[in-house]
Amino acid sequence: MHIMEGFLPPMWCAFWYVLSGIVVGYGVIKMNKLMKEQPEVKPLLAVAGAYMFVLSSLKLPSVTGSCSHPCGNGLSAVLFGVPITAVLATVVLLFQALLLAHGGITTLGANVFSMGIMGPLAGAIVWKILKGKINSSWAIMLAAIAADWITYVTTSIQLTLAFPGNNPIATLTTFLGIFAITQVPLAIAEGLLTVILWDKIKELRPDILLKLGVIDESEVPNYTSSLNTSTGGAE
Amino acid sequence: METKHIIMILGVILLTAAPLIMYAGKGEEQGYFGGADDAAGEAIEKLNPNYKPWFSPIWEPPSGEIESLLFALQAAIGAIIIGYFVGYNKAKIELKSGNQ
Repeated sequence: MHIMEGFLPPMWCAFWYVLSGIVVGYGVIKMNKLMKEQPEVKPLLAVAGAYMFVLSSLKLPSVTGSCSHPCGNGLSAVLFGVPITAVLATVVLLFQALLLAHGGITTLGANVFSMGIMGPLAGAIVWKILKGKINSSWAIMLAAIAADWITYVTTSIQLTLAFPGNNPIATLTTFLGIFAITQVPLAIAEGLLTVILWDKIKELRPDILLKLGVIDESEVPNYTSSLNTSTGGAE
Repeated sequence: METKHIIMILGVILLTAAPLIMYAGKGEEQGYFGGADDAAGEAIEKLNPNYKPWFSPIWEPPSGEIESLLFALQAAIGAIIIGYFVGYNKAKIELKSGNQ
C-alpha cells in the first residue's frame, strides 16, 4: 500500500504529514505515559510492533496476479488504540522507506495515515462493536481484516484525491482495483494469523490483556480461578 | 496448538498458494506477481502523463538480492521478538507449575 517516493504532489505530502504528525505526536505522548504507568505492557508493545514488522515484510501473491503485503496493524489497534499504532507504523514505514525504497520520505505522512491511522481506526471500531458479543478470537480476526483492508482502501482514496483525472469515480475504481481487490485474500490471511497470535497471548499473558482492558475475566476463566484459589501474594 | 489453529494455518497456506496455481504457466502479461505499489505508479503515469515524480529515494537497494536480504532481516527482527515473548512466557508458566 505504499505510495511510492515522489508519487504525491508536494501539497498532498504536506497535507498528510500534518494530519499524521498530529496523531503520531499524540501517540508518542500516550506511549510514554503507558510505559511509565504500566511498565509490564512493554513486552506486548514490542510484540505488536514486531508483528507489524513481520507481516509488512511478507509480500504475498494474490488473485489479481500481483503481490501485496498484509499490515499487522489490527492487533496493535485493538491492544493499544490508534495513536500508539500510528507510532509503531511510523517505525515500520521508516525502515521500509530508508532501507528498501518501499514507500518514501515524502509520502511517509500519507502512508502513516493509511496504515497507522485509518486502518487501525477501522479495526478499533470493529473491535468495539463486537467486544463482549462474540469470542475475542473471532472479534480480533474481523478487526484485523478490517484494519488491513481499510488501509488499502485509504491508499486508493489518497491517490484519487491527488490524481483525480477527468473522471474521479473511474480513477478511484482503478486504484481500488489495484489495491483493494488484491488485498481481499491477504486481509483474510492476516485475520487468521492474528487469531493464532492472539490466542497465544491470551494463553500466556492474560494478565496484560486484562490490565489493558481489552478482554474481561469471563474470557480467561482458568486464569482468574487459579488466581483466586492461590489466595494472593504468590508473585 | 488447537485444531482450530491448524485449520487456520492451512487456510493461510491455501490463500497464498491458490493465486500461484491460478496463474501457473501464464506469461508475464497476466500474473507476473509484480508489486501492487508499482502497478499504482504505472496507473498514475497513465492518468497523468505529465506528472513527473519530484523526489526519488535517497538510497535504493543496489539489487534484488540485497533487497531480499533486507526484507528477510525485517521479518527476522520481528520474528525474534515474537518468538522470545512466546518462549519466555511459556517457560515461565511451566516453571511455575513445576514448582508447585
